[in-house]
Amino acid sequence: MTTLQSNTTELRTCDTTGLPVFKGAEFFIRLNAVCAVVFLLVGGIAALLLALTRWQTVHLLGPEWFYRVLTLHGINMLIFWLLFMEIGILYFACTTLLNSRLFSKHLAWASFVLMVSGAVMTNSVILMGKADVLLTSYLPLLAHPLFYLGIILFAVGALLGVFNFFGTLYIARRDKTYAGSVPLVTFGATAAAIIAVVAVGHGALALIPVFTFSLGLTPEPDPMWYRLIWWGLGHTSQQVNVTAMVAVWYLLATLTTGARAPNEFVCRAAFVLYILFINLASAHHLLVDPGVGAGWKIWNTSYAMYLAVLASMIHAFTVPASVEIGMRLKGYTRGVFDWLLNAPWRNPGFSAFFLSLVIFGFIGGITGVTLGTQQINIIAHNTLRIPGHFHATVVGGTTLAFMGLAYYVVPLIFQKDYIARPLARIQPYLFGGGITLMSFGMSFAGSEGVARRTWDIEAAGVYGASTHMMLGLLGIGGILAFTGLLIFVLLTVGTLLIGKSNKGRPMACWGVPKTITKIGAEAEREVDPHNTPGAMTLVVILLVAFAVYYFANWGALADVWHVR
Amino acid sequence: MEEPKIHPVQKLMDNPWLLLVLGLVIPVLSYTVWGWVEISAIAPAQLP
Ligand code: HEM
Ligand SMILES: [Cu+2]
Repeated sequence: MTTLQSNTTELRTCDTTGLPVFKGAEFFIRLNAVCAVVFLLVGGIAALLLALTRWQTVHLLGPEWFYRVLTLHGINMLIFWLLFMEIGILYFACTTLLNSRLFSKHLAWASFVLMVSGAVMTNSVILMGKADVLLTSYLPLLAHPLFYLGIILFAVGALLGVFNFFGTLYIARRDKTYAGSVPLVTFGATAAAIIAVVAVGHGALALIPVFTFSLGLTPEPDPMWYRLIWWGLGHTSQQVNVTAMVAVWYLLATLTTGARAPNEFVCRAAFVLYILFINLASAHHLLVDPGVGAGWKIWNTSYAMYLAVLASMIHAFTVPASVEIGMRLKGYTRGVFDWLLNAPWRNPGFSAFFLSLVIFGFIGGITGVTLGTQQINIIAHNTLRIPGHFHATVVGGTTLAFMGLAYYVVPLIFQKDYIARPLARIQPYLFGGGITLMSFGMSFAGSEGVARRTWDIEAAGVYGASTHMMLGLLGIGGILAFTGLLIFVLLTVGTLLIGKSNKGRPMACWGVPKTITKIGAEAEREVDPHNTPGAMTLVVILLVAFAVYYFANWGALADVWHVR
Repeated sequence: MEEPKIHPVQKLMDNPWLLLVLGLVIPVLSYTVWGWVEISAIAPAQLP
């Protein structure tokens, strides 16, 4: 294998983008991406089984396997699939975009080996039935020690990957491989890496004492303390996902439409708000815990947290505005939405990105801010509304964005053009549409009181036809989303195996909007980057939708007490 | 004449190490330490 021996500084110039690709980094981006897709498939098979079980009419799995598969699904999706992708993204953002080699090949190897062995260890223990404790492994539930060890190894591996990223930032600055500030995408990746350090730190603090307890070496940690520290990992890692996703949005927007940020300073400031304040939101998981007081809860989920919400709202405007400016510069200047109608909707990189933006903002964001409000949370905590929310953020948002990224990573980094391209063009719609349906089904069933993480609802004897219909919607949406996921995995793996090489020529283009009028300085003069009526309209619709949903929920809360 | 005056926020943004420290300190104080203090202030329940 020549790639193994290659020096870290060896590089090629990308035939499509003209950017430098460092062989050392490229090799590890490939390794991480391949593993990510494998674990996505494992988690996806589990997802189908779960959807077919929560669809009460089908009720496929028995209770034992339901919780086993739920554990498998949560961990493979939320941890393995996303983190392998994110380490790959970090390596890309600090090498190609900074024109620097990777800091250390040894570190990259150590990171990768630890992550893979940890993941395999944890999955084996789960499938052997020795860790039916779900993703959160709340005490006093106790799994086999190797379950915790696997996760700890994986986390340490991921942390080494993050260190490699910071090391590369350091040598790039030292060797002056770039001038001025780092590019916006790299800045977003830096934010994600910083948040990841917080996440892994809490993970170690929570899981190491449980690991030693499971070995019988130390006493049992306090379960309430464990929940506090564990959510410093569990929620914070979701913020890594959000931040990495926003960075990927900017990247895909640029690749597919030539997007241009209206004001980079503002976009960066929004990432800084994420770094400083987004992790406080971990507190929303403890909103019904008795051990922490109302002051702590309200400060961390509301007042201070709104600074991070502000950051999301900034991105919610600047991301579509970037696309709008890019498209207007290409000549799509008529009306409010000419730029959006003429966007490359058949390009899976674009459709995945834009659907991800819409699903994340309109469903994930609105439900998230609402559910995270202390008072409203009391009518939603631990119901299916919660998975209804996070399947819109981490699946319809992050996962879909990462799929869109793959439609560029495979041709550019693996240098293979996708097979079955018409299928790839519909894949984002299938996956995004399926997840949206499932999320609606979950949310409405949850509003009627159906609990999450619950194998059976019939025993309660209170659920009627409308609840069953919503759970049916969950099931059908789940099947559609699984189909989309399977197509993605098959196309990607198929491309790696039998796809045509594009070495020495640009990648086969997915389709980008043509420039229809003047270009260059002349267009530049005519397009005012502060005038983006389309993006503004979208944002106003988002705010109105949010206000309606938010106040409807306060109404629902008030209805809990019948004061007449 | 290159780069005249750099905005202080821009300086912060160009310093990943300072961001790393702030990004660690703020959540650890506001969420972890404060929450930990509140939890340790509770007397353990007496099991019957
Ligand atoms: C084909 C796509 C997917 C389908 C059909 C699906 C379906 C489901 C279902 C039915 C549940 C169980 C809800 C409950 O009973 O509480 C669930 C839980 C969950 N899913 Fe998914 N899912 C999909 C993709 C994903 C992805 C890509 C991620 C993460 C990136 C994810 C993360 C989770 C998590 C964290 C849980 C909660 C686990 C727990 O409660 O411990 N899912 N999913
Ligand atoms: Cu959370």
